[in-house]
Amino acid sequence: MSELLRRYGHTLTWTFVALTAFWLLVLVILPQLYLLEESFRLYLPLADIGGPRDVYTLANYRSAFEQPMEWKFWLPFASKPVILPIEAPIRVQVFVHTLLYSTVTTVITLVLCYPVAYYLAKVANPKNVPLLFVGLLVPMWVSEILRAFAWFIILAFKGPLNMALVNIGVIDSPIRWMTGFNSVTFGLVYVYLLFMLLPIYSAIQSLDTNQIEAAKDLGAPGWRTHWRVIIPHSKPGIASGCVMVFMLAAGSILVPTLLASTQSRWFTEIIQQAMFESQDWNTGSAYAFMLLVTCTVFVILAMRVFRVKLSDIAR
Amino acid sequence: MSAGVDLQNVSCDFGKFRAVDKANVSIKPGEFFSFLGPSGCGKTTILRMVSGFIDPSEGQIRIGGQDMNGIRPNKRPTALIFQNLALFPLMPVWENISFGLEVRGASKDVRRAKAEELLKLVDLHDSADKAISQLSGGQKQRVAIARALAVEPSVMLLDEPLSALDLKLRQHMRAELRAIQKRTKVTFIYITHDQGEALAMSDRVAVMSQGKIQQISTPQEIYNAPVNGFVASFVGENNIFKGKVTSIDSGRCSFETDVGAFTAALGPAVDASTIARLYVRPEYSRLQAAPAGGANSIPVTVTDISFEGNFIHVHAADRTGRHLTVETRNDGSVTLPAIGSAQYLCFDAATARVLADQGMKDPGIDE
Repeated sequence: MSELLRRYGHTLTWTFVALTAFWLLVLVILPQLYLLEESFRLYLPLADIGGPRDVYTLANYRSAFEQPMEWKFWLPFASKPVILPIEAPIRVQVFVHTLLYSTVTTVITLVLCYPVAYYLAKVANPKNVPLLFVGLLVPMWVSEILRAFAWFIILAFKGPLNMALVNIGVIDSPIRWMTGFNSVTFGLVYVYLLFMLLPIYSAIQSLDTNQIEAAKDLGAPGWRTHWRVIIPHSKPGIASGCVMVFMLAAGSILVPTLLASTQSRWFTEIIQQAMFESQDWNTGSAYAFMLLVTCTVFVILAMRVFRVKLSDIAR
Repeated sequence: MSAGVDLQNVSCDFGKFRAVDKANVSIKPGEFFSFLGPSGCGKTTILRMVSGFIDPSEGQIRIGGQDMNGIRPNKRPTALIFQNLALFPLMPVWENISFGLEVRGASKDVRRAKAEELLKLVDLHDSADKAISQLSGGQKQRVAIARALAVEPSVMLLDEPLSALDLKLRQHMRAELRAIQKRTKVTFIYITHDQGEALAMSDRVAVMSQGKIQQISTPQEIYNAPVNGFVASFVGENNIFKGKVTSIDSGRCSFETDVGAFTAALGPAVDASTIARLYVRPEYSRLQAAPAGGANSIPVTVTDISFEGNFIHVHAADRTGRHLTVETRNDGSVTLPAIGSAQYLCFDAATARVLADQGMKDPGIDE
């Protein structure tokens, strides 16, 4: 603090502190607290607010576990759901699917991004890397809505992708891409790719190239060099990429709405319905907090399993 | 299990820049061979070509008689010790050392045992489970050597591995490296810009400049009989006089300079038509009150005396202002002249050499 004061003087320092505090308190913490409080109250007609029926209750949270029904479970890339022999509340079903396909999205982006990040960081001629990055970034200048919608057109049953594949003879008849969670996963992978690529790229880039050469010189084939030297070094980058993509995917509303099939409901859509279609902010915020808490717990558990420390990600 | 290394007309181009120009070396099995030269002379490029990280633009590299063309670094019988060591910081010491064995599919017990054995060889007991970050510079050095030895290479390649160490440790590690090489009988190829290291450790030294090998010889030969001006001035100190050969008589020549004529040994590739320089080492130069009969001598003025501990350097200037140095041992045998006094700098014809300017484009080493 004294360092900041010395460097920027009183006016500038306190202005920035005040702005940051305003952002954090007024724009982040207060709305959250408001919603948290609302989530424990019932959705009441205006006249009843403040009256005897306006009490703190867990009813909104409980409502997520109501309406049990047949569990249609969609496995990744399946064209038909599996009917599970148990009944489950509809919102729990949606929630499980959301977590599962956020995870699938994370795994696919990781598998796609690691080789690209490695190529950009260690293989590509450094002269070409800025150009390659521009190529990767240019699509991100277009809004997420438009990009998701573009995929809606591309993946349509009579869309350009099917047409191209049929015409070059890869497939005989058009494929219905937008079934189950396929198109949603596809869209999420596309939209959040860079959030995986960049942290892994910078992690691999910080690795001393001599380490890679040392491993090779000691006789290691490529895969072992990756497994023993490059991946352990870039683990913090991989972890923060995974956490970001997972959280963004689980919290995404645009892509699951635009690229939805008739079957793919995302938990954020349930929140959106509660808040904007039913105007029931109390239930909506209760569900939003359930999503937040469960995703956080899920990420912490995943970090435990893969032995990643929080300090690694913060780096 | 050591192998010889042959370089035949090996060149390496980076775009238009020729980093190594037609290198021809034959390194014997079990030899400690050094490439010595200033930075940018191509010595590291040679090392990287032998280890397989760069392909030569032309020429052939053979290790143990086998052509290495097209053989990847992980398939060559070489082990490289990097300048920054490149130890794996996320593995404990023993895993670092046994990484090469892990690659070859050895069981954990075998790897552990080998790591312990090598740690003893490099004099690092009880460090197997330490993290790399817990080690000192010298200990890291030893781990890097052990890691390279673990794969039982026929040829060890060392890229200035001592440059990051402090002076005391560096001198200690010199002896250590030499001892390890003698014990293991592996061919060592050592890259350095430090002439002291090269001379002290090597069986033979190749002095390089601007991509070309200037001289390959034993350390004694390199120092006592350099073949050209570059070698003479890169290895050791000299008093240098520019001039012209006036007459040649069976290995001796008369050399005309702006401060008088000298007699000196004639180096290779010098005749009356070439511009040449006379080199004489400070330790072969001496100061006297009167000119010496039969030896070369020129009048000088003492400008400074610097005390180096075991040596004393007396700096002097001749009448053209040329800076000359005389080195005497600090054993009390010589009375030091007063600063400012007029003296004669003398040297014997046999200790001075007239050499061609070849390989000397670096401005820093001109007279």
